[in-house]
Formats: sequence, C-alpha cells, structure tokens
Amino acid sequence: MADFLLELACEEIPARMQPKAKEDLARLFAEGLAKAGLSAPAIETFATPRRLSLIAAGLPLATSAVSEETKGPKVGAPPQALEGFLRKVGLTAEQLTERDGVYFAIVEKPGRDTAEVLAESIPAIIRTFPWPKSMRWGAGSITTESLRWVRPLSGIIALLDGAVVPFEVDGITSGRTTMGHRFHHSGPVEVADAGSYVETLRAAHVIVHFSERCRIIREGAAKAAAEAGLTLVADEGLVIENAGLTEWPVPLLGRFDESFLNVPPEVIQLTARVNQKYFVCQSSPSGEGDHAQHGGGAGAAARLANAFVCTANIEARDPAVVVDGNRKVLAARLSDARFFWEQDQKTPLEDHAKKLSRITFHEKLGTVADKVERVAKLARWLVESDIVTPAKAGASGGSDHTPEVPASAGMTKARLADLAEAAAHLCKADLVTEMVGEFPELQGLMGGYYAAKEGLPQEVAEAIRDHYKPVGQGDDVPTAPVTVAVSLADKLDTLVGFYEVAERPTGSKDPFALRRASLAVIGTHLECGIRSNLLHVFDQVVDILIHQRLAKVPGAAEDAKEAAAKMGVVTASIVVAGVVENRSIRNGTDHHRTSWDLLDFFADRLKVQQREAGVRHDLIDAVFALGGEDDLVRLLARVHALQAFVGTEDGTNLLAGYKRAANILKKEAFEGGEGVQALTYTPEPAEQALIDALAAAAPRAAAAVEAEQFGEAMAALATLRAPIDRFFEEVTVNDADADKRAARLALLAAFRDAVHRVADFSRIEG
Amino acid sequence: MSAAPAFAPPPRDPARSFQDMILTLHDFWSHEAGCVILQPYDMRMGAGTFHTATTLRALGPEPWNAAFVQPCRRPTDGRYGENPNRLQHYYQYQVILKPSPGDIQELYLKSLAAIGIDPLAHDIRFVEDDWESPTLGAWGLGWEVWCDGMEVTQFTYFQQMGGFDCKPVAGELTYGLERLAMYIQGVDNVYDLAFNTAGVSYGEVFLENERQMSKWNFEVADTETLFEGFRRAEAECLRSLEAGVPIAAYEQAIEASHLFNLLQARGVISVQERASYMGRVRDLARSSCEAYAAKMTPEWQAKYPGWSLV
Repeated sequence: MADFLLELACEEIPARMQPKAKEDLARLFAEGLAKAGLSAPAIETFATPRRLSLIAAGLPLATSAVSEETKGPKVGAPPQALEGFLRKVGLTAEQLTERDGVYFAIVEKPGRDTAEVLAESIPAIIRTFPWPKSMRWGAGSITTESLRWVRPLSGIIALLDGAVVPFEVDGITSGRTTMGHRFHHSGPVEVADAGSYVETLRAAHVIVHFSERCRIIREGAAKAAAEAGLTLVADEGLVIENAGLTEWPVPLLGRFDESFLNVPPEVIQLTARVNQKYFVCQSSPSGEGDHAQHGGGAGAAARLANAFVCTANIEARDPAVVVDGNRKVLAARLSDARFFWEQDQKTPLEDHAKKLSRITFHEKLGTVADKVERVAKLARWLVESDIVTPAKAGASGGSDHTPEVPASAGMTKARLADLAEAAAHLCKADLVTEMVGEFPELQGLMGGYYAAKEGLPQEVAEAIRDHYKPVGQGDDVPTAPVTVAVSLADKLDTLVGFYEVAERPTGSKDPFALRRASLAVIGTHLECGIRSNLLHVFDQVVDILIHQRLAKVPGAAEDAKEAAAKMGVVTASIVVAGVVENRSIRNGTDHHRTSWDLLDFFADRLKVQQREAGVRHDLIDAVFALGGEDDLVRLLARVHALQAFVGTEDGTNLLAGYKRAANILKKEAFEGGEGVQALTYTPEPAEQALIDALAAAAPRAAAAVEAEQFGEAMAALATLRAPIDRFFEEVTVNDADADKRAARLALLAAFRDAVHRVADFSRIEG
Repeated sequence: MSAAPAFAPPPRDPARSFQDMILTLHDFWSHEAGCVILQPYDMRMGAGTFHTATTLRALGPEPWNAAFVQPCRRPTDGRYGENPNRLQHYYQYQVILKPSPGDIQELYLKSLAAIGIDPLAHDIRFVEDDWESPTLGAWGLGWEVWCDGMEVTQFTYFQQMGGFDCKPVAGELTYGLERLAMYIQGVDNVYDLAFNTAGVSYGEVFLENERQMSKWNFEVADTETLFEGFRRAEAECLRSLEAGVPIAAYEQAIEASHLFNLLQARGVISVQERASYMGRVRDLARSSCEAYAAKMTPEWQAKYPGWSLV
C-alpha cells in the first residue's frame, strides 16, 4: 500500500472556483484509477489560491495481473473460421488452448506499476480539467494548442510513497518542489511525502486545508468582534470567499466613521460585502438572523456598529497599517453610498418616477412608466372590487386561523384604494435612483426608505418596499392590505402582459420568471385568504392593457376594428399594437383567451406548489375539471375535503361505485339523465334504497357546496356508498325489460351527476 | 575650454513625489524587462489599453515589451475638482509584455517594492477580475490587485484582441497611478499629492483643469459639433480602411469613442441610442484591428513560418 500526493501549483485561482475544483479533481482522479482497475480507499483534496492538491491513501503498488480468455471456434471448424479467430486475437494456432472441443485464446496481462498508471492518467486530467474559464499563457501560447489552465500552471508535485512519479505536461515536469506563502516564505519548498505535505506547507505559512482556513476566518472574525464588544454578522458566503483568497488568513477588525451609520444598514452591509468582502458587526448581541427594522431607518441603523472585519493574507508587521488602509477604502466606498443616499433624496419619488418613461419594460408592453400606470389602475380595482380588503388581507393565514386584528383595521375601502394606487404609482421609482443603479438588489427597499423619508404614509412606504415579495418559495408573503394590492397588481400585470404578447415559459426557459410570479400570486391568495375569480381578474388586466394601448395611439381603435374586419377575424374584435382582444368560450363562459390560458398555467403551478404539501395533483384536476372553479381558496378547500374523503373506506368504495356507473353509462352510450324518472314498475328493494338515498344526498351535497361546506358535501356523498354497493350487488341494470333498463340507467346517471357536483371523479386515479 | 558640468541624477524618491514614482517605474521596467519606454499616445482616450502599443501590438507573433504613461479621459467621472478621489483626467501606467514571461507576477511585485510598497507591511492580494472590451473585440483573464483592500492594478493575460486569438498571449499591467501615489504618500485627497519634491502639488497642476474641463464636459461642449465630429470620424475611419491604412483608421475609431463618451456626459444620448452608438464604435475599432492584422500577416508569417492569424 502506498500514499500518493499530487499538487498542481499555479497563479491565483479565483476563490469561487476552488470548492468545485476540489471535487472535480477527486472525481477525475478516481475515474483515472478505475480505468486501470485500481481504487483508492481514501482521497482527500486541498485548495488554496495558489494550489490544487490531492492525497490518495492506501493505493496498491501495482494493478493485479489479469487473464483474459476469449472463446473461439469449435475444434474441427472450417479453417477460415479458425484463421479469422487467430487474426482477431493476434495469436498462432499453437498458442490456443483446447477445452471441451472448443478453442480458447488466453492472454495473460501482467500487473502494471501504479506509478506508471498515474504517470499516464495525471497528464490527461490536467489537459481536460473542467475549469469554468481557462486560459493560455507564455511563449508556448504562440499556438492555440498550448495547455490551458485556470491561470498559468507553474509546477507539479507527484509523489508515490515519497518517490517522484515522473511525467511532463507542456514542458512542466513533475517533482517534489513547491512554493510557500508568497510573502512569508522565500525559496522553494521540498516535500518529502504525502504524509508530511500538510505540515511542511504549514511551516511555509500555507494552510492547505480549505476547511481549516474557513474555521480560522469564522472563529477569528467572531473573536475580533467580541473583543471589541460587538457581535459579528455571520456570513458563510464571505467565509468561503475569503478562504479562497488567502493561504494564511488573519481576520482584522477596523472601525469606520460613525456618521456613515445614517446610511441604511443594508447599504452599508452590501457595500462592505460586495465591494470589499468585509464582514460587518452589530452593536448588541443578536439572536436569530438580522431583522433590521425596514423602512424605519433609525431603528435598524442603531443595531449596526461602525465596525468591519477584513481578512488579510499576512501577519502584518503592523496590523494597524493594514486596517487603516482598508478603512480608507471602505470610507471612500461609503462616501459614494452616502452621496447616492443624499442625492436620491433631493428628488421626490414622484419625480424619479417620471424618468421611468425612458426605460423599456418590454418592446411590446411599453415602458416601465406604462407598466406602473397599469399596476396603479389594477391595484385600485382590486380594492374597489373587494378582492383586497382591509380585513381580509390584514388577517394572516387562511380561514382555519383566527384572524388577528390587522394594523389597518378600520381603514375604509376608499382610503385603501387611494393608498394602493399611490403606492403603485411610486413602486418602481427607485429603479432610476443612483443607489439602485449601483446595487440593483436593493430595489424596493430603497424606495421604501425614500418614501418614509419623504413623509409618505407608512402603508405606502411598506408597500413600495415589499411589493416584490414573495421572491421565491420560503420568502414572506405580504399581508398588509396596501402591499398585497400592489404586489398582486404588479405580478398579475406581468403575467397577463407576457401571456398576451406570447412570451410564455417553455420547458426550462422562463426568462421573465412567470412561474415564480404565478406562485407568488397563488401563495398570496392562499396565505391571505383572498377570494377572487381569477378569470374575471385576468380579464380586467387584459382590458387595462388594451385600453392603455388605445389611449396611447390616437385613432387606433377605429384602425384596429377595420383591420380586424378586413382580416375576417371573428374573435379578435380589436387588434392594436400587438395586443389582441381574443375571446373564447369554455364551459359556457366567455373570457379572454389569455385568461383561460393563464388559468391552465395556474392549475399546473398550483399542482407543483401543492405537491410539497402532499396534495394530490389528480384531485386538483378533478376540481378544476368542473370548469368555472377559479377561486383558489375555494378550490383548495374543496380539494382538501376531497383528499380526506377519498382516503376513507367510504371514499374508496364510492369511487369504485362511481367508476362502475360511469363505465356502464359510457358503454350504453346513455344520453339523457333528467333526474330520477317516475317508475312504471315496482322497484327492487336495493333500487328503492338508492333512489331514496339519492333523493336525500343530492340536495344536501349541492347545498353544502353552495355554502362552501365541503366536508359536509363529502359526508352527504358518503351516505351513497352503501346503497350504490348494494344496488350493483342485487340489481341487474341491463334488464330485458326496456323500461326497467332505461330507468336504472337514468338512476345511475343521477348518481353520477350528484357526485359530479362535488368533483369530477373520473379524474381521480386509483 | 572646460567640459560642461557633469549631471548626476539624484536618487528617486517615489514615496514623496508623484513624478519620481513614475520615473522609478520607467527605470524598473526598462531595466528589468527590457521594455521600450514610450510616451503617451497623443490622442484623447478612455484607457491605456487603447494605445496602439497595447492593442495593435498585442496582435501577431512578434515579442513586444513596452511601458508608458497614458493620460485617460473619462468625462462622466468629472466632479469639478470637488471629489477627493474622482477625476475626469488621470494617469494610467501601462506595461505590456509579449509573450507573458513566467515570472510576470514576481516582476510586478518587485516593481511595487521599488516604489515603496513592502508586502509584509501591506496586504497584497490577487482577486479574480476578468477583463472584456467588446469595443476592441478583446478579452482576457486576470486579477485586480488589492493593496490593503484597494484596487491598485489591473492585471490581464490577453486571450483575444480584435476578435483574434492572441498568439502568443501578452500580459498587461495597468497601474492606477494617482491611487498608488495617494497610498504611498499617505494622503486622502488626490489634489494634496506631491507632484515633485520641490513643493509642487497635484492640485497646482490639475485642479483648475478639472474644474474647467468638468464644466466643459457636462455643460459647455457643443453637442452638434460632437455629433458632427462623431460622423466625420466614422466616415474617415471607413475611408482609411478602404485606403489600406488601418492604423489611421484605428485612430479615427479612438476619436469616435471619445466623442461618444463626451456625448454621454452631455446627457444627449438616450438609453436606446446608446447601444446603437456603442455598436458603431465597436464596428470601427474591430474593423481597424482586423484590417491591421490582415495587412501585417504576410510579414509576420515570413518571420514566423507556420504562424497563422486564425
């Protein structure tokens, strides 16, 4: 058994690439061994800015000898067959072995030295290493065939049990020499063997373990903060990044001018993090997370301390010098941020918003200003149509929860409508501010701050701040009514707009994040218990879009009607600048075609979203298939009741009975079904029992559905289970008597229809 | 008749003089890498990379080592002399080494030591920063070099220029001279830099220039003249290409690029137009580079048999 050390030394590897490079090296190395029939019991990898290394412990010294046997023709087969076989295996007839009347070619392959295998496989790994970006360099690069590496490769260590495994890649020969820390160690470093690698380099001021450097940074930064009486704001991303930038990390704490704390804490943290890779600290010990008081400004800023932690790569002669240099750079950055913060406030959001007319939202959907105008109209409409109301949106959780008294309790509908429209008008204004130009991830948040600074109502500031929410699953869903109105309006406009101009998600492509937007709309409806008929809402959004186009293009309405008439378009009554009023009728109801399409899209998203909650997709289909069910809250309540029911014995049996009934009706191609017919004969007891049960259950179920008491509707259906089972056991549907047959088919149809009023059971699997 | 009095240059003092820092870099790169020490290109440009000693010389197989100071003009960065860090006119120090030598990083660090940066007193780091110039059809991989968290140099291995693979690859170093000097001299305001050791400050040399040029860039420059200049530069570039003088064409591309920057500073180019103007500049610059490479290829191939442009 032998231990193998590989080190590939090069100029500074980008920090972000190091973790993946370690994995790739381990994988490719193991694959190289496997090809030769070897395996390493243990592979450990290391990465620093200047080296990528691997230690494989317990390698066999040679591959085992292999005997390869190939079956040939039978003894006495035609000579051509034998000749062909000999050519194939490259042997003479004397070298073949005969067994049970068949020729065999047996080739003994001797074992190979592991060193030889490595000398062959390592250069191949180097030449094909999957760096995200690689480059050429030096005199060799006069041809494009020269070696590529992430940055110039400078040296290779390859030691098997302390002996150099000799090979060469593009003029670089393997050996046992590497370099230590760039500044703390001069001259070459000789490595004896794999076992001493880590400590030899430590002596040369290099910590080769990525995880050890992470630990030093994580703990050192926390300690530096604690020594200053502060709490570090933990940031594992920064820990990893700094570990990728250092071979000898030394966290150092510095202070910045306290006056910068007037700038929002998120801005300070982002400036320090993104531009300088510094940690920030809080002045008071904090528990979970970082719940800055958004929008409040002063409250949040008080918690951020005027301190940062940078990670040096040296034991500086005088750490204060390094800290001071870093302080100056951060101060210059924060000065810029403060300049933006102050500059942005000199212009009211209302005026910033005017500049949105210069930004294209989408070539077919106009400018961002156009979008804002639509969103504002829609936000008002959502309130005026009682879809978003102070009480509903203020209560967190669905109908199962006891609604808390919302902060906005007592707000009138008119006031809510005004606030929602006002907030919507300003919600995108921060996109043209200097601060968001510098840090796009602060969109919304900055608008919220500026609105609060301007003295706009708190509800408006909060709505501007939070209207992008929820951003992805797990993010908070807004519950404040003004915010809900703006958030929904923004997303609905995006969804309907892109659907109208045929920019729909396909496969893995969803460039406008419509899936995320629809999930946000679904989540907000369910979380806030918002009752709306989505088709009606979608129609309204389409109408707003069309009216905006008509208003913008004088005479467009007439032109469009003319054009539509000329084109002979029946359903498209208005065609204007890419927006087509295109209606379609399904299940007897008339809506924009886009609305229908979007409802299908929502149904799909709802299934995906509910899968995690354990809701069966076929049950969602069963309710959607009724048509016209476009109230998400009601739909889901119905699905929940249905899922509970089909899980019971009654449910399972009723489903079986339903399927049997449906099959018979289908087979007999039974039309009609005008309810239970008056009988011309005396029914059998089981028949009468079903008639009676149906007479009681059908109205009860229908009334329960009407009252949205879906559990009760299921209970009503459950009373049919025993009668239907008995009916199939005792009664012959296909009776020779035509009257009996017709009456019984009608009875089954009535049974099916009663069940259908609750859900389309034909969609249910099992 | 007596001999003229002998001149013995005094020792350089890069820690206390901006010009001595530049002269030390000249000494260093001249002596350590055999660089030709060029003077600035006599045209207005946004970055040292536009100098033909960088762009055009990065093309082709011939070795080329050069160092020079290039004044850079960034009209939109003007702050009327009121910001301690931002200038519409500043200096870059460019070093171009082709092919990139194996010890280029060590040479670079040695040059920092020469101007007074001790790597055990200051934290020097190579932080990933890839460079791309769509205008020049160029890209490269490298780093921004940090000194105590401040970016002091852009370090790039050119991989492509003018849309052609660099064969061989050149290493490019771009030092931000004012930043480095502020660091070395320990001043917080660029105008407080000592330009020399005889008491002249950077502010005495450039402050009034910054005030007037900021005003001109943002407020005064006649936009119709600028637009007209852009059109003429574009036309002249195309004429020069047709006439087979790609270096002249390239100069017109530089001119057009700067005029575009001025129009930007005057705020008369809309978001939509911006992309179109940038595309026009890019076409000029790339066509010039391509024409230059095509024109030189026979000569390059004669000297380097087997070498090919693509």
